[in-house]
Amino acid sequence: MIINHPLLGPRDAAEFTYLGDASLIDRPDWQAEDAAEAFYDYAYLRDNPAGEHKELWYHEAGDRSWLVVTRDTTTHEISKVELARDVARARGRSK
Amino acid sequence: MRYSGFRVIKEALTGHKGWKPVWRDPEPKAQYDIIVIGGGGHGLATAHYLSKVYGQRNVAVVEKGWIGGGNVGRNTTIVRSNYMLDGNEPFYEFSMKLWEGLEQDLNYNAMMSQRGILNLFHSDAQRDAYTRRGNAMILHGADAELLDADQVRKEHPYLNFDDARFPIMGGLVQRRAGTARHDAVAWGFARSADSHGVDIIQNCEVTGLRIENGKCLGVETSKGFIGANKVGCAVAGNSGRVMGMAGMRLPIESHVLQAFVSEGLKPVLPSVITYGAGHFYISQSDKGGLVFGGDIDGYNTYAQRGNLPVVEDVCEGGVSLMPVISRARLLRMWGGVMDMSMDGSPIIDHTPVEGLYFNGGWCYGGFKATPASGHCFAHLLAKDEPHPVATAYRLDRFKTGRMIDERGAGNQPNLH
Repeated sequence: MIINHPLLGPRDAAEFTYLGDASLIDRPDWQAEDAAEAFYDYAYLRDNPAGEHKELWYHEAGDRSWLVVTRDTTTHEISKVELARDVARARGRSK
Repeated sequence: MRYSGFRVIKEALTGHKGWKPVWRDPEPKAQYDIIVIGGGGHGLATAHYLSKVYGQRNVAVVEKGWIGGGNVGRNTTIVRSNYMLDGNEPFYEFSMKLWEGLEQDLNYNAMMSQRGILNLFHSDAQRDAYTRRGNAMILHGADAELLDADQVRKEHPYLNFDDARFPIMGGLVQRRAGTARHDAVAWGFARSADSHGVDIIQNCEVTGLRIENGKCLGVETSKGFIGANKVGCAVAGNSGRVMGMAGMRLPIESHVLQAFVSEGLKPVLPSVITYGAGHFYISQSDKGGLVFGGDIDGYNTYAQRGNLPVVEDVCEGGVSLMPVISRARLLRMWGGVMDMSMDGSPIIDHTPVEGLYFNGGWCYGGFKATPASGHCFAHLLAKDEPHPVATAYRLDRFKTGRMIDERGAGNQPNLH
C-alpha cells in the first residue's frame, strides 16, 4: 500500500505503524459520571467495518506525524489522508 | 458408509463405483432447534459434537459459500497445546486430546501427524520464559521438554546455531503436537454431522438476524427465513459483520494473516519449528512443500490477501533461522481474515440477546482449537452453560478485567 502523506507525498506503508480506528482520538472524559462505561467502550469495542474505515497510522520511519487514513477494508483502496492533528483540532480535541 | 481397509480393497476391485457423496445437499427446513452460522472448521465441529455427543437431532449449519472454504482451508495446519495461562491451557490440552482420537471418532483420515513442535530460544531470558511455560504445561497435564543447543543440533543440524546476534541456545519441545490435514478436518466433521442428521446448507448467506423483544427467532438468509430456538455464530474473521446484524460491537478487529508454501522438496524438516528471534514458524507437508508463516499484516482488513512488506519480513526470518531454505522457491501464498481480539484469546459465550450465542476471536490460533471449540460451543448451545474448560472465554471479560493475555500486549489487537 502507498499512503499519500499530506506533507511528504506518496510513501510506502512499510514506513508506518498502525494503531487502529480513528475513534481513538476521542478519548472520553475521565471525570464524567459514566467514565467507566465510556472507557470500556473506547478501549475495547470496535465497529470493525467491512468497507470505509478511518484509522490512525504513525509515520515512524519518517516525520513521526500521526495520520488519519480513510481506507476501504475490502479493497485496501485509500481515499483520503489527513494529518491527525488537523482532524483532532476540527473535533475540538486540542488547542 | 464406514471407511475401512476392506472397503478400499473392495472398491478397487469393483471400479470404485460404490463411493457416494458423503454429505447431503438439503433444502432448509422452516424451523430448527439450533442453527450454526458458518460451515468452517469450528461450525462443522460444533454440529458434529451437538449431534453425536449432546444428542441434538434438529440442527442446521448455514454457510454462505462452500464448507471449509474459509480459514480452515487457509491455515498452516499446526496443532499444539503449548499455552501458559490458566484460562487457556486446559482448553488447548482438551483440544490436543480430542485431536489424538479424532480420526477414530470421525472414521475419517485427517492425516493427524504428531511430529512435535520445537520453540527455539536465543537468550537467557527467553530460556527462563520457556522453562516457565513448559512447567505450566506439565502442571496442566500436557507434555513439555526443554532441550539444550546440543540436543536441538542432534535433531535439527541444518539450523543457524552460531548466528552472532541470535545464537540458538535450545528449545522447548512438545512431542505430542504436530500437524493435521486441514481440509480433511472440515470434511470429516461435515460427514459425521451429516450422518447424525445435521442439515448442512451451503450457498446460503445469512443476511440478517430476526430479533424480537430481545430474543433471536432465527436467521434471514439468501434462501429465505429459517427459524431456530437457538442461533450460534461461528464465523471468525467475519464476526464483526454477522454480530453487527444484532447491533453488537465486539472487542475484535479483523486482520489478514498470510501463509506461504514452497515448491515440493525431499524430507528436510522432521517437525514444526518456531523461531524465537523473529516471528516465523515452519513445517513440511506430506507433499514436500515447506509451509510457513509469520506476523499478521497489522491493519484492519476483510480482504483475503496481504501486502509485500510482510512477505519480505517472513522470508527474511526464515532464511536467518535456516539458511538452507534460501534457494527454495516460493510456490504459493495466500491470506486469511482473522478475528484479532483485544487480549489475543477467544470468546465462547452467550450474548445479551436471548437465544444468540457467539464463538469467535480466535486470532490466528483457530485451527488447533477446532475440536475443543466445537465441543465447548456445542456444550454451551445444548446446556446453556459453559463447558468446564471454556469458562474463561467470556464476552464480558474486558469489562470485568479478566483478560487472558498470553503475550501481555494489552488492548492492541495487531500485537497479539
